[in-house]
Amino acid sequence: MREVDISEITKEIKEMCIQANYVLSSDMQTKLEDAVQKEESSLGIKILKQLEENLKIAESEQIPICQDTGMTVIFIKIGQEVHIINGDLEEGIQKGVREGYQEGYLRKSVVNDPILRENTKDNTPAVIHYEIIKGDKIEITVAPKGFGSENMSRIFMLKPADGIEGVKEAVLTSVREAGPNACPPMVIGVGIGGTFEKCALLAKKALTRDLNKSFSYPYPYIKELEEELLKKINELGIGPGGLGGTQTAFAVNIETYPTHIAGLPVAVNICCHVNRHITRII
Amino acid sequence: MDKYIHTPLKEEEIAELKAGDFVFITGTIYTARDAAHKRMYEALRKKEELPIELKNNIIYYMGPSPAKEGQVIGSAGPTTSSRMDKYTPELIDLGLKGMIGKGRRSDQVREAIIKRKAVYFAAIGGAGALLSKCIISSQVIAYEDLGTEAIRKLEVKNFPVIVVIDSEGNNLY
Ligand code: SF4
Repeated sequence: MREVDISEITKEIKEMCIQANYVLSSDMQTKLEDAVQKEESSLGIKILKQLEENLKIAESEQIPICQDTGMTVIFIKIGQEVHIINGDLEEGIQKGVREGYQEGYLRKSVVNDPILRENTKDNTPAVIHYEIIKGDKIEITVAPKGFGSENMSRIFMLKPADGIEGVKEAVLTSVREAGPNACPPMVIGVGIGGTFEKCALLAKKALTRDLNKSFSYPYPYIKELEEELLKKINELGIGPGGLGGTQTAFAVNIETYPTHIAGLPVAVNICCHVNRHITRII
Repeated sequence: MDKYIHTPLKEEEIAELKAGDFVFITGTIYTARDAAHKRMYEALRKKEELPIELKNNIIYYMGPSPAKEGQVIGSAGPTTSSRMDKYTPELIDLGLKGMIGKGRRSDQVREAIIKRKAVYFAAIGGAGALLSKCIISSQVIAYEDLGTEAIRKLEVKNFPVIVVIDSEGNNLY
Protein backbone atom coordinates (compact mmCIF):
# COMPACT_ATOMS: atom_id res chain seq x y z
CA MET A 1 0.00 0.00 0.00
CA ARG A 2 1.25 3.44 -0.90
CA GLU A 3 -0.27 6.34 0.97
CA VAL A 4 -1.14 9.55 -0.87
CA ASP A 5 -2.32 12.57 1.05
CA ILE A 6 -5.48 14.13 -0.37
CA SER A 7 -3.89 17.58 -0.18
CA GLU A 8 -1.38 16.49 -2.81
CA ILE A 9 -4.19 15.63 -5.22
CA THR A 10 -5.93 18.94 -4.49
CA LYS A 11 -2.74 20.88 -5.14
CA GLU A 12 -2.03 19.13 -8.45
CA ILE A 13 -5.57 19.66 -9.69
CA LYS A 14 -5.51 23.32 -8.76
CA GLU A 15 -2.26 23.88 -10.68
CA MET A 16 -3.45 21.86 -13.65
CA CYS A 17 -6.68 23.87 -13.96
CA ILE A 18 -4.65 27.07 -14.11
CA GLN A 19 -1.94 25.79 -16.42
CA ALA A 20 -4.39 24.19 -18.86
CA ASN A 21 -6.16 27.50 -19.32
CA TYR A 22 -3.05 29.64 -19.81
CA VAL A 23 -0.77 27.43 -21.86
CA LEU A 24 -1.88 25.04 -24.56
CA SER A 25 -0.11 21.67 -24.49
CA SER A 26 2.80 21.44 -26.93
CA ASP A 27 1.06 18.89 -29.17
CA MET A 28 -1.70 21.37 -29.89
CA GLN A 29 0.78 24.19 -30.45
CA THR A 30 2.59 22.05 -33.01
CA LYS A 31 -0.69 21.35 -34.80
CA LEU A 32 -1.37 25.07 -35.03
CA GLU A 33 2.09 25.76 -36.48
CA ASP A 34 1.56 22.98 -39.03
CA ALA A 35 -1.81 24.43 -40.00
CA VAL A 36 -0.27 27.84 -40.75
CA GLN A 37 2.09 26.10 -43.18
CA LYS A 38 -0.64 24.03 -44.82
CA GLU A 39 -3.50 26.54 -45.04
CA GLU A 40 -4.25 27.68 -48.57
CA SER A 41 -6.63 30.56 -47.94
CA SER A 42 -4.99 33.88 -47.14
CA LEU A 43 -7.86 34.80 -44.81
CA GLY A 44 -7.38 31.42 -43.11
CA ILE A 45 -3.66 32.10 -42.62
CA LYS A 46 -4.48 35.48 -41.15
CA ILE A 47 -6.84 33.90 -38.61
CA LEU A 48 -4.37 31.14 -37.70
CA LYS A 49 -1.62 33.69 -37.13
CA GLN A 50 -3.93 35.59 -34.81
CA LEU A 51 -4.53 32.37 -32.91
CA GLU A 52 -0.77 31.95 -32.56
CA GLU A 53 -0.50 35.51 -31.36
CA ASN A 54 -3.33 34.84 -28.91
CA LEU A 55 -1.41 31.90 -27.42
CA LYS A 56 1.68 34.06 -26.99
CA ILE A 57 -0.23 36.83 -25.23
CA ALA A 58 -2.04 34.31 -23.03
CA GLU A 59 1.21 32.75 -21.87
CA SER A 60 3.29 35.88 -21.45
CA GLU A 61 0.62 38.07 -19.88
CA GLN A 62 -1.17 35.28 -18.02
CA ILE A 63 -4.59 35.84 -19.56
CA PRO A 64 -6.69 32.72 -20.24
CA ILE A 65 -6.36 31.55 -23.86
CA CYS A 66 -10.14 31.72 -24.14
CA GLN A 67 -12.66 33.39 -21.82
CA ASP A 68 -14.63 30.14 -21.75
CA THR A 69 -12.38 28.34 -19.33
CA GLY A 70 -14.76 25.44 -19.53
CA MET A 71 -16.51 22.93 -17.39
CA THR A 72 -13.68 20.97 -15.81
CA VAL A 73 -13.52 17.37 -16.93
CA ILE A 74 -11.21 15.16 -14.89
CA PHE A 75 -10.07 11.64 -15.62
CA ILE A 76 -8.48 10.07 -12.59
CA LYS A 77 -6.92 6.61 -12.70
CA ILE A 78 -6.12 5.27 -9.28
CA GLY A 79 -3.76 2.35 -8.78
CA GLN A 80 -5.37 -0.30 -6.62
CA GLU A 81 -2.33 -0.25 -4.32
CA VAL A 82 -2.95 3.38 -3.38
CA HIS A 83 -4.51 4.39 -0.10
CA ILE A 84 -5.75 7.99 -0.04
CA ILE A 85 -5.45 9.53 3.40
CA ASN A 86 -6.58 12.63 5.30
CA GLY A 87 -9.76 13.32 3.44
CA ASP A 88 -12.48 12.51 1.01
CA LEU A 89 -11.30 12.02 -2.59
CA GLU A 90 -14.28 13.61 -4.30
CA GLU A 91 -14.15 16.65 -2.04
CA GLY A 92 -10.38 16.92 -2.51
CA ILE A 93 -10.79 17.02 -6.28
CA GLN A 94 -13.58 19.61 -6.18
CA LYS A 95 -11.50 21.70 -3.81
CA GLY A 96 -8.64 21.72 -6.32
CA VAL A 97 -11.00 22.93 -9.04
CA ARG A 98 -12.51 25.58 -6.77
CA GLU A 99 -9.10 26.95 -5.76
CA GLY A 100 -7.71 26.76 -9.29
CA TYR A 101 -10.60 28.71 -10.80
CA GLN A 102 -10.49 31.30 -8.04
CA GLU A 103 -6.76 31.84 -7.80
CA GLY A 104 -6.24 31.54 -11.55
CA TYR A 105 -8.86 34.20 -12.39
CA LEU A 106 -10.69 31.67 -14.53
CA ARG A 107 -14.29 32.14 -15.54
CA LYS A 108 -16.95 30.47 -13.42
CA SER A 109 -19.21 28.89 -15.99
CA VAL A 110 -21.10 26.21 -14.07
CA VAL A 111 -24.74 26.44 -13.00
CA ASN A 112 -26.19 24.39 -10.14
CA ASP A 113 -29.00 22.80 -12.14
CA PRO A 114 -29.74 22.59 -15.88
CA ILE A 115 -33.18 24.15 -15.43
CA LEU A 116 -32.80 26.42 -12.37
CA ARG A 117 -29.44 27.68 -13.66
CA GLU A 118 -27.89 29.47 -10.73
CA ASN A 119 -24.13 29.99 -11.08
CA THR A 120 -22.20 28.04 -8.45
CA LYS A 121 -19.60 30.85 -8.54
CA ASP A 122 -16.57 28.57 -8.22
CA ASN A 123 -16.88 26.39 -11.34
CA THR A 124 -17.64 23.28 -9.31
CA PRO A 125 -18.70 20.61 -9.59
CA ALA A 126 -16.26 19.19 -12.09
CA VAL A 127 -17.24 16.14 -14.11
CA ILE A 128 -15.05 13.34 -12.74
CA HIS A 129 -14.39 9.97 -14.35
CA TYR A 130 -12.79 7.48 -11.98
CA GLU A 131 -10.95 4.38 -13.04
CA ILE A 132 -9.19 1.79 -10.91
CA ILE A 133 -6.00 0.46 -12.47
CA LYS A 134 -3.07 -1.76 -11.54
CA GLY A 135 -0.16 -0.42 -9.52
CA ASP A 136 0.44 2.26 -6.92
CA LYS A 137 0.27 5.47 -8.96
CA ILE A 138 -2.45 8.01 -9.61
CA GLU A 139 -2.78 9.47 -13.11
CA ILE A 140 -4.79 12.66 -13.38
CA THR A 141 -5.90 14.32 -16.60
CA VAL A 142 -7.55 17.74 -16.42
CA ALA A 143 -9.42 18.83 -19.53
CA PRO A 144 -11.46 22.06 -19.22
CA LYS A 145 -14.12 21.84 -21.94
CA GLY A 146 -15.63 24.85 -23.68
CA PHE A 147 -19.27 24.63 -24.62
CA GLY A 148 -19.23 26.36 -28.01
CA SER A 149 -17.87 23.12 -29.35
CA GLU A 150 -19.44 20.81 -26.73
CA ASN A 151 -22.88 21.94 -27.90
CA MET A 152 -22.12 20.74 -31.43
CA SER A 153 -21.29 17.18 -30.31
CA ARG A 154 -23.55 14.28 -31.27
CA ILE A 155 -24.40 10.65 -30.56
CA PHE A 156 -25.65 8.26 -33.23
CA MET A 157 -27.02 4.80 -32.48
CA LEU A 158 -26.24 3.26 -35.87
CA LYS A 159 -27.18 -0.20 -37.09
CA PRO A 160 -24.45 -2.80 -37.61
CA ALA A 161 -25.37 -2.76 -41.32
CA ASP A 162 -24.41 0.93 -41.49
CA GLY A 163 -20.81 -0.17 -40.98
CA ILE A 164 -17.78 2.01 -41.49
CA GLU A 165 -19.55 4.14 -44.10
CA GLY A 166 -22.19 4.99 -41.50
CA VAL A 167 -19.49 6.05 -39.07
CA LYS A 168 -17.89 8.33 -41.68
CA GLU A 169 -21.24 9.90 -42.48
CA ALA A 170 -21.94 10.49 -38.77
CA VAL A 171 -18.61 12.25 -38.22
CA LEU A 172 -18.85 14.36 -41.37
CA THR A 173 -22.45 15.36 -40.61
CA SER A 174 -21.45 16.48 -37.10
CA VAL A 175 -18.51 18.53 -38.32
CA ARG A 176 -20.53 20.12 -41.12
CA GLU A 177 -23.22 21.16 -38.66
CA ALA A 178 -20.66 22.41 -36.14
CA GLY A 179 -19.05 24.65 -38.77
CA PRO A 180 -18.16 28.12 -37.49
CA ASN A 181 -19.91 27.60 -34.12
CA ALA A 182 -17.23 25.26 -32.79
CA CYS A 183 -14.28 27.64 -33.25
CA PRO A 184 -12.43 25.72 -35.95
CA PRO A 185 -9.79 24.38 -36.49
CA MET A 186 -11.31 21.64 -34.38
CA VAL A 187 -10.16 18.40 -32.83
CA ILE A 188 -12.67 15.60 -33.32
CA GLY A 189 -12.95 12.93 -30.65
CA VAL A 190 -14.81 9.85 -31.87
CA GLY A 191 -16.00 6.93 -29.76
CA ILE A 192 -17.19 3.83 -31.57
CA GLY A 193 -18.76 0.84 -29.86
CA GLY A 194 -19.65 0.01 -26.27
CA THR A 195 -23.03 1.26 -25.12
CA PHE A 196 -24.76 4.64 -25.32
CA GLU A 197 -22.73 6.17 -22.48
CA LYS A 198 -19.52 4.27 -23.16
CA CYS A 199 -19.09 5.66 -26.66
CA ALA A 200 -19.58 9.20 -25.36
CA LEU A 201 -16.90 8.66 -22.76
CA LEU A 202 -14.55 7.20 -25.37
CA ALA A 203 -15.08 10.26 -27.55
CA LYS A 204 -14.25 12.58 -24.67
CA LYS A 205 -11.18 10.56 -23.77
CA ALA A 206 -10.06 10.63 -27.40
CA LEU A 207 -9.83 14.44 -27.19
CA THR A 208 -7.24 14.19 -24.42
CA ARG A 209 -4.85 12.09 -26.50
CA ASP A 210 -1.31 13.48 -26.53
CA LEU A 211 -0.65 13.90 -30.23
CA ASN A 212 3.11 14.04 -29.70
CA LYS A 213 3.13 10.45 -28.51
CA SER A 214 2.59 7.44 -30.72
CA PHE A 215 -0.75 5.76 -30.13
CA SER A 216 -1.15 1.98 -30.19
CA TYR A 217 -4.13 1.21 -32.37
CA PRO A 218 -5.93 -2.05 -31.57
CA TYR A 219 -6.71 -2.50 -35.32
CA PRO A 220 -4.99 -0.89 -38.32
CA TYR A 221 -8.27 0.29 -39.86
CA ILE A 222 -8.68 2.83 -37.05
CA LYS A 223 -5.61 4.81 -38.02
CA GLU A 224 -6.63 4.71 -41.68
CA LEU A 225 -10.11 5.89 -40.76
CA GLU A 226 -8.66 8.80 -38.77
CA GLU A 227 -6.55 9.86 -41.73
CA GLU A 228 -9.37 9.51 -44.24
CA LEU A 229 -11.78 11.48 -42.06
CA LEU A 230 -9.27 14.25 -41.42
CA LYS A 231 -8.74 14.61 -45.16
CA LYS A 232 -12.49 14.65 -45.86
CA ILE A 233 -13.14 17.15 -43.05
CA ASN A 234 -10.49 19.47 -44.39
CA GLU A 235 -12.14 19.25 -47.81
CA LEU A 236 -15.40 20.62 -46.37
CA GLY A 237 -13.97 24.11 -46.72
CA ILE A 238 -15.07 25.37 -43.28
CA GLY A 239 -11.57 26.63 -42.47
CA PRO A 240 -10.14 28.63 -39.57
CA GLY A 241 -12.85 30.62 -37.79
CA GLY A 242 -15.36 29.09 -40.21
CA LEU A 243 -14.36 31.70 -42.79
CA GLY A 244 -13.22 29.23 -45.42
CA GLY A 245 -10.00 27.33 -45.94
CA THR A 246 -8.38 23.94 -45.87
CA GLN A 247 -7.59 23.69 -42.15
CA THR A 248 -10.91 22.76 -40.56
CA ALA A 249 -9.55 20.18 -38.15
CA PHE A 250 -6.19 19.50 -36.55
CA ALA A 251 -6.89 15.86 -35.81
CA VAL A 252 -9.48 13.10 -35.67
CA ASN A 253 -8.89 10.79 -32.69
CA ILE A 254 -10.85 7.56 -32.62
CA GLU A 255 -11.27 5.18 -29.70
CA THR A 256 -13.16 1.91 -29.97
CA TYR A 257 -14.63 -0.69 -27.63
CA PRO A 258 -16.39 -4.04 -28.15
CA THR A 259 -20.14 -3.68 -28.59
CA HIS A 260 -23.41 -5.64 -28.75
CA ILE A 261 -24.42 -7.83 -31.71
CA ALA A 262 -27.31 -5.45 -32.42
CA GLY A 263 -25.57 -2.11 -32.23
CA LEU A 264 -23.02 0.36 -33.56
CA PRO A 265 -22.96 3.40 -31.25
CA VAL A 266 -20.94 6.38 -32.46
CA ALA A 267 -20.23 9.51 -30.45
CA VAL A 268 -18.64 12.59 -31.96
CA ASN A 269 -17.24 14.97 -29.36
CA ILE A 270 -16.14 18.17 -31.00
CA CYS A 271 -13.48 20.39 -29.53
CA CYS A 272 -12.28 23.79 -30.67
CA HIS A 273 -8.67 24.78 -31.34
CA VAL A 274 -8.36 25.43 -27.59
CA ASN A 275 -8.21 21.71 -26.85
CA ARG A 276 -6.95 21.84 -23.27
CA HIS A 277 -5.59 18.73 -21.60
CA ILE A 278 -2.82 18.07 -19.11
CA THR A 279 -1.83 14.81 -17.50
CA ARG A 280 0.27 14.33 -14.37
CA ILE A 281 1.21 11.28 -12.41
CA ILE A 282 1.42 11.19 -8.63
CA MET B 1 -11.16 45.07 -47.32
CA ASP B 2 -10.19 46.80 -44.04
CA LYS B 3 -12.62 49.40 -42.71
CA TYR B 4 -12.70 51.54 -39.59
CA ILE B 5 -15.96 52.47 -37.88
CA HIS B 6 -17.08 54.29 -34.75
CA THR B 7 -20.06 53.72 -32.51
CA PRO B 8 -22.87 54.72 -32.42
CA LEU B 9 -23.27 53.39 -35.96
CA LYS B 10 -24.57 55.51 -38.79
CA GLU B 11 -26.84 54.21 -41.52
CA GLU B 12 -24.53 55.24 -44.36
CA GLU B 13 -21.63 53.51 -42.64
CA ILE B 14 -23.55 50.28 -42.19
CA ALA B 15 -24.62 50.31 -45.84
CA GLU B 16 -20.99 50.29 -46.88
CA LEU B 17 -20.06 47.23 -44.86
CA LYS B 18 -20.03 44.10 -46.98
CA ALA B 19 -19.86 40.43 -45.93
CA GLY B 20 -16.19 39.50 -45.76
CA ASP B 21 -14.90 42.96 -44.83
CA PHE B 22 -12.42 43.29 -41.97
CA VAL B 23 -13.69 46.01 -39.67
CA PHE B 24 -12.02 47.75 -36.73
CA ILE B 25 -14.50 49.16 -34.25
CA THR B 26 -13.78 52.08 -31.93
CA GLY B 27 -16.16 53.45 -29.30
CA THR B 28 -18.69 52.13 -26.80
CA ILE B 29 -20.17 48.64 -27.14
CA TYR B 30 -22.26 46.61 -24.69
CA THR B 31 -21.89 42.98 -23.67
CA ALA B 32 -24.82 40.64 -23.15
CA ARG B 33 -25.09 36.88 -23.46
CA ASP B 34 -27.68 34.22 -22.61
CA ALA B 35 -28.90 35.24 -19.15
CA ALA B 36 -28.83 39.00 -19.84
CA HIS B 37 -30.83 38.48 -23.04
CA LYS B 38 -33.40 36.45 -21.12
CA ARG B 39 -33.71 39.24 -18.56
CA MET B 40 -34.06 41.94 -21.19
CA TYR B 41 -36.72 39.82 -22.88
CA GLU B 42 -38.61 39.49 -19.60
CA ALA B 43 -38.26 43.22 -18.92
CA LEU B 44 -39.82 43.97 -22.30
CA ARG B 45 -42.74 41.64 -21.54
CA LYS B 46 -43.33 43.63 -18.34
CA LYS B 47 -43.03 46.89 -20.30
CA GLU B 48 -40.00 47.87 -18.26
CA GLU B 49 -37.18 49.95 -19.59
CA LEU B 50 -34.02 48.21 -20.78
CA PRO B 51 -30.77 48.93 -18.96
CA ILE B 52 -28.98 49.88 -22.18
CA GLU B 53 -29.70 52.23 -25.04
CA LEU B 54 -30.07 49.98 -28.08
CA LYS B 55 -30.50 52.65 -30.71
CA ASN B 56 -27.62 52.54 -33.23
CA ASN B 57 -25.53 50.51 -30.82
CA ILE B 58 -23.69 47.20 -30.85
CA ILE B 59 -24.10 44.22 -28.52
CA TYR B 60 -21.11 41.92 -28.09
CA TYR B 61 -22.01 38.34 -27.09
CA MET B 62 -19.31 37.86 -24.52
CA GLY B 63 -18.77 36.89 -20.89
CA PRO B 64 -15.18 37.63 -19.84
CA SER B 65 -12.93 35.80 -17.44
CA PRO B 66 -12.21 37.88 -14.29
CA ALA B 67 -9.68 40.72 -14.51
CA LYS B 68 -6.57 40.54 -12.39
CA GLU B 69 -5.30 43.55 -10.55
CA GLY B 70 -4.13 46.10 -13.11
CA GLN B 71 -6.00 44.50 -16.00
CA VAL B 72 -9.02 46.13 -17.68
CA ILE B 73 -10.69 42.79 -18.31
CA GLY B 74 -9.76 39.13 -18.50
CA SER B 75 -9.97 37.00 -21.62
CA ALA B 76 -12.76 38.44 -23.76
CA GLY B 77 -13.66 36.54 -26.93
CA PRO B 78 -17.07 35.94 -28.51
CA THR B 79 -19.59 33.27 -27.58
CA THR B 80 -21.86 31.39 -30.00
CA SER B 81 -24.48 33.80 -31.33
CA SER B 82 -27.21 31.33 -32.23
CA ARG B 83 -28.26 31.00 -28.59
CA MET B 84 -29.36 34.63 -28.73
CA ASP B 85 -31.35 34.18 -31.97
CA LYS B 86 -34.66 33.84 -30.14
CA TYR B 87 -34.30 37.32 -28.64
CA THR B 88 -32.45 39.20 -31.36
CA PRO B 89 -35.16 40.22 -33.89
CA GLU B 90 -37.05 42.10 -31.18
CA LEU B 91 -33.89 43.97 -30.12
CA ILE B 92 -33.16 44.86 -33.74
CA ASP B 93 -36.71 46.19 -34.04
CA LEU B 94 -35.94 48.40 -31.04
CA GLY B 95 -32.96 49.96 -32.78
CA LEU B 96 -30.02 47.61 -32.19
CA LYS B 97 -27.76 47.95 -35.23
CA GLY B 98 -24.85 45.62 -34.68
CA MET B 99 -24.05 42.31 -33.07
CA ILE B 100 -20.68 40.69 -32.50
CA GLY B 101 -20.45 36.96 -31.86
CA LYS B 102 -19.42 33.81 -33.61
CA GLY B 103 -21.24 31.25 -35.73
CA ARG B 104 -24.42 31.06 -37.74
CA ARG B 105 -27.65 33.01 -37.22
CA SER B 106 -31.27 31.96 -37.81
CA ASP B 107 -33.30 33.03 -40.85
CA GLN B 108 -35.39 35.25 -38.58
CA VAL B 109 -32.29 37.16 -37.46
CA ARG B 110 -31.10 37.52 -41.03
CA GLU B 111 -34.52 38.85 -42.08
CA ALA B 112 -34.53 41.36 -39.22
CA ILE B 113 -31.04 42.48 -40.25
CA ILE B 114 -32.24 43.14 -43.80
CA LYS B 115 -35.46 44.82 -42.71
CA ARG B 116 -33.78 47.22 -40.29
CA LYS B 117 -30.44 47.56 -42.09
CA ALA B 118 -28.36 46.15 -39.29
CA VAL B 119 -25.12 44.11 -39.41
CA TYR B 120 -23.76 40.93 -37.85
CA PHE B 121 -20.04 40.65 -37.17
CA ALA B 122 -17.92 37.73 -36.04
CA ALA B 123 -14.91 38.09 -33.82
CA ILE B 124 -12.37 35.29 -33.78
CA GLY B 125 -13.59 32.55 -31.47
CA GLY B 126 -10.98 31.43 -28.99
CA ALA B 127 -8.80 34.51 -29.30
CA GLY B 128 -9.93 36.04 -26.01
CA ALA B 129 -6.48 37.06 -24.80
CA LEU B 130 -5.72 38.88 -28.05
CA LEU B 131 -9.12 40.59 -28.18
CA SER B 132 -8.84 41.77 -24.57
CA LYS B 133 -5.99 44.02 -25.68
CA CYS B 134 -8.43 46.15 -27.72
CA ILE B 135 -10.67 46.84 -24.73
CA ILE B 136 -9.63 50.01 -22.95
CA SER B 137 -12.28 50.14 -20.25
CA SER B 138 -14.98 47.90 -18.86
CA GLN B 139 -17.76 48.67 -16.44
CA VAL B 140 -20.64 46.52 -15.26
CA ILE B 141 -23.80 48.56 -15.77
CA ALA B 142 -26.63 46.09 -15.17
CA TYR B 143 -27.52 42.65 -13.78
CA GLU B 144 -24.39 42.52 -11.69
CA ASP B 145 -25.64 39.40 -9.92
CA LEU B 146 -25.18 37.47 -13.18
CA GLY B 147 -21.39 37.56 -12.73
CA THR B 148 -19.69 37.01 -16.07
CA GLU B 149 -23.09 37.32 -17.75
CA ALA B 150 -23.75 40.85 -16.44
CA ILE B 151 -24.15 43.67 -18.95
CA ARG B 152 -20.90 45.59 -19.40
CA LYS B 153 -20.18 48.84 -21.11
CA LEU B 154 -16.89 48.53 -22.96
CA GLU B 155 -14.75 51.15 -24.59
CA VAL B 156 -12.94 49.50 -27.47
CA LYS B 157 -10.23 50.69 -29.78
CA ASN B 158 -9.78 49.12 -33.20
CA PHE B 159 -11.56 45.99 -32.09
CA PRO B 160 -11.15 43.51 -34.99
CA VAL B 161 -14.23 41.82 -36.46
CA ILE B 162 -15.36 40.43 -39.79
CA VAL B 163 -18.70 41.23 -41.42
CA VAL B 164 -20.63 37.95 -41.65
CA ILE B 165 -24.15 39.16 -42.52
CA ASP B 166 -24.32 42.59 -44.10
CA SER B 167 -27.34 44.89 -44.25
CA GLU B 168 -28.43 43.35 -47.55
CA GLY B 169 -28.41 39.87 -46.06
CA ASN B 170 -25.27 38.54 -47.77
CA ASN B 171 -23.89 35.77 -45.56
CA LEU B 172 -20.20 34.95 -45.41
CA TYR B 173 -20.54 31.45 -43.92
S1 SF4 C 1 -15.55 26.74 -28.39
FE1 SF4 C 1 -13.49 26.75 -27.51
S2 SF4 C 1 -12.39 28.46 -28.43
FE2 SF4 C 1 -14.58 28.71 -28.84
S3 SF4 C 1 -15.29 30.05 -27.20
FE3 SF4 C 1 -15.64 27.96 -26.51
S4 SF4 C 1 -13.78 27.33 -25.39
FE4 SF4 C 1 -13.32 29.21 -26.54
